[in-house]
Amino acid sequence: MPQGALAIGLGHYLFVSAALLVLGVFGIFLNRKNVIVILMSIELILLAVNLNLVAFSSALNDLAGQILAMFVLTVAAAEAAIGLAIVVVYFRNRGSIQVEDVNLMKG
Amino acid sequence: MITSLAFYVFSAVLLGSAAMVVTSRNPVHSVLFLILAFFNAAALFLLAGAEFLAMILVIVYVGAVTVLFLFVVMMLDVDFVALREGFQKYASAGLIVGIVLFAELFFVGVGWQIAPNAPVLRLSAIPGQMQNTRAIGQVLYTNYILLFQLSGLILLVAMIGAIVLTHRDRHTSKHQNITRQQQRRVADTLEVISVRSGAGVAELGIYRPQANRTGVHAASGQDAHVLAGEAHAHDGAPAPEPVQGEH
Repeated sequence: MPQGALAIGLGHYLFVSAALLVLGVFGIFLNRKNVIVILMSIELILLAVNLNLVAFSSALNDLAGQILAMFVLTVAAAEAAIGLAIVVVYFRNRGSIQVEDVNLMKG
Repeated sequence: MITSLAFYVFSAVLLGSAAMVVTSRNPVHSVLFLILAFFNAAALFLLAGAEFLAMILVIVYVGAVTVLFLFVVMMLDVDFVALREGFQKYASAGLIVGIVLFAELFFVGVGWQIAPNAPVLRLSAIPGQMQNTRAIGQVLYTNYILLFQLSGLILLVAMIGAIVLTHRDRHTSKHQNITRQQQRRVADTLEVISVRSGAGVAELGIYRPQANRTGVHAASGQDAHVLAGEAHAHDGAPAPEPVQGEH
């Protein structure tokens, strides 16, 4: 297995990243009613993805992974901003941010 | 040795703070633990040699995104205790899904291997003897320039969307209405009346300009005073036709 510049084994990074992703998914299940914590869990999941990308980039000695991680970072920041804006507007209209109350469109 | 010790410490703090993010009782604590998690993830990036991404993570996430979260959590007057009911019920389901997901990832992690021709298929090798930031800049602005511009466009769209969604006119600030300003005449706001000597406000009542009395939604009292002052200040201007009010 090529190790590249990675001082720690790649498997260690993958383990941490997998645990972080599982924690994010667990957070989505745990806080089913609170949109803000769900958004934070999504941030954790994207952080796990970034950790994977950087670890592979370093282990395979390929810079493209870090570039892709930067794009993921950009999209995650945009997603957080839009999501929080929607939360604020929703709270202004309904006075609540419970996920179960989001049924105006009867989808 | 010291590197692996640092790795284990940062990983442990990262996973612990991530667990606190999802299980914390108070959302403000969740946000603060999220900040801690991002700092430790940045440290892990540093250990992997991605210095530029580590700094970007600190600046963008800790400096902007989590502060945004903090603003929203503190701004919304939400009863967070009510949002936590059903916590125990969902915890078991979430635990099962989490364990299954982690087991799947574990089996994938045990069984995978890097393809033997992976070093040949490398897109852009990390150049030795060059700083990480410089190397990223050379690759990003050469091979990925269109994607870079596209990500800027995504940020622009996100900014416009957030502003359009959250902006509202509160009607408390005073704006300049140019049409109304141009249509105003002296007769609308200024009247000259003859008041009997000794008669006060108690006898006359509060006097309103003609425009307000006829129902036209026009200048407030303060505007009328200002315009009257201007009319007095312009000496030599043609004297306005005095409008006699009925009172």
